[in-house]
Amino acid sequence: MADKGVTPCNNCGKNDAVIQLTHVENNEMRVLHLCEACAAERGVETESHQVSAPLVDFLAQIGKGVGEGVTSGRCPSCGMTATQLRQNGRLGCEVCYKHFDEHLRGLLRRLHGATKHVGKIVLPADANENDRVARVLSLRRSLQRAVEAEDFEHAASIRDELRNLDEAN
Amino acid sequence: MKEGSSLPDSGLEWLDADGPLADIVLSTRVRLARNLSEHRFALRSDEAERQAIFDEIRVAAEQTPSLGKGTVLSMRRLPAPTRKLLLERHLVSKELIGESGGEPPSHSGLLLAPDDSLGVMVNEEDHMRLQSLVSGFRLREAWRRVDELDGEIGSRVRYAYHPEFGYLTSCPTNVGTGLRASVLVHLPALVLTQEITKVLQGISQVGLTFRGLYGEGSEVVGNFFQISNQTTLGKTEEDLIDHLQKIVQQVVQYEKQARTVLLRDARTVIEDKVWRAYGLLRYARSISFEETMNLLSGVRLGLGLKLLPGVRVYTLNQIMIFTQAAHLEKLAGNSLSAADADTYRASYIRRLLEGEDAVVDSDIPNE
Repeated sequence: MADKGVTPCNNCGKNDAVIQLTHVENNEMRVLHLCEACAAERGVETESHQVSAPLVDFLAQIGKGVGEGVTSGRCPSCGMTATQLRQNGRLGCEVCYKHFDEHLRGLLRRLHGATKHVGKIVLPADANENDRVARVLSLRRSLQRAVEAEDFEHAASIRDELRNLDEAN
Repeated sequence: MKEGSSLPDSGLEWLDADGPLADIVLSTRVRLARNLSEHRFALRSDEAERQAIFDEIRVAAEQTPSLGKGTVLSMRRLPAPTRKLLLERHLVSKELIGESGGEPPSHSGLLLAPDDSLGVMVNEEDHMRLQSLVSGFRLREAWRRVDELDGEIGSRVRYAYHPEFGYLTSCPTNVGTGLRASVLVHLPALVLTQEITKVLQGISQVGLTFRGLYGEGSEVVGNFFQISNQTTLGKTEEDLIDHLQKIVQQVVQYEKQARTVLLRDARTVIEDKVWRAYGLLRYARSISFEETMNLLSGVRLGLGLKLLPGVRVYTLNQIMIFTQAAHLEKLAGNSLSAADADTYRASYIRRLLEGEDAVVDSDIPNE
């Protein structure tokens, strides 16, 4: 994400921009070119800032296990650390699954031989478009299965639901 | 839903020995692990959050056709013996009633459908464990029931869900479908012929696992094994169920073959074993639960081989449940010392087998 060009910083207009920040404001996507100082003000760390404290990082890594580097830091939602995750073998919240994604993906593959859920999907009360699409996909899978198994009663009820979902759209 | 303070009387649906292959397959269970979105999992949630989780689930359950007329049992409000009764009936887990005699987890509970073969454990390892427990070998039926309940609850709340990983659970071993289906089987002939090790090894090679009578970490007693799926992600629920169905059918077939071999090669030995087991249960004056379970296994085998006319599978199931510590104390109406429990247990079994109890066949078997 670092931009090494000579674009001046969009914020202060003085320094050369070293980082490109994409953000959404009033439903519009905007790209900001920022210098190091202005980026830091917005809480964005640049590469050069990170190398500026190598010893601190180095000390922080001491005592941590191999392979933890990627997912170090706490889960932003529940505060779970990689060490705690390893100790407990349990996750703290749904955000942990995103935060420790890299670590988990390998684990899930080892445990289940797969990472992709292909089972049922329930339509929640406050269903959005994504939920409906996912539900339709899972219903189609069930429908195919019901037809193959010659369970026509079940197939008919799935078709009804698919039709209802279609009408709702 | 009404608040309950004791175990509903209706609770023994699954003991009915009407399921297919009732002498070999005792019961079938299917459970789904689900968590509410935007609430931390058990490991990281505080009191207030656990309370909020319980309330949200309860409100949703109130509105469902399956649980609306059911009972709410709040674990911490139940007396310890009642909690143990729930465990002995396999309606809750060890974790939910408080491990090793400790307090149950805060704001944990059981939401139970009127016929009690369907329920939801709340605030266990996951916010919800939806489960269906039926007698005999009826995986499809158990799945259908819990699937329906899942739809009823899931359309009233928002589950923690990941577009790739599926339903998110506290432990990564349950993620995806969150489904654990298990079948409780009685395999005495495979144990006697020492074929069981091979069978259990085979089971683990095809992605299944086995446990003892009381679930994870429990010992195998009375030749009962719980066979269940190991993986939960990457396959549809129906595939997981069908796979388990197929393998258990095979295991049952092996057990039947082993029984045939036993009868053919060692009929006298088996007959003797069965009748001795029956004799001890019928006449003992003091008996531990463990011995009871081992003898029941012999008698159950006798029924399957038609060596013991007049004893019903239902009676054996009844003995199995009601001679456990908490059930026995409930029958006695007071707490029992270990020695008293053994005496009381023996007399209860005698009474059932003598036919004093109305539900038991009064025929004493003749050769």
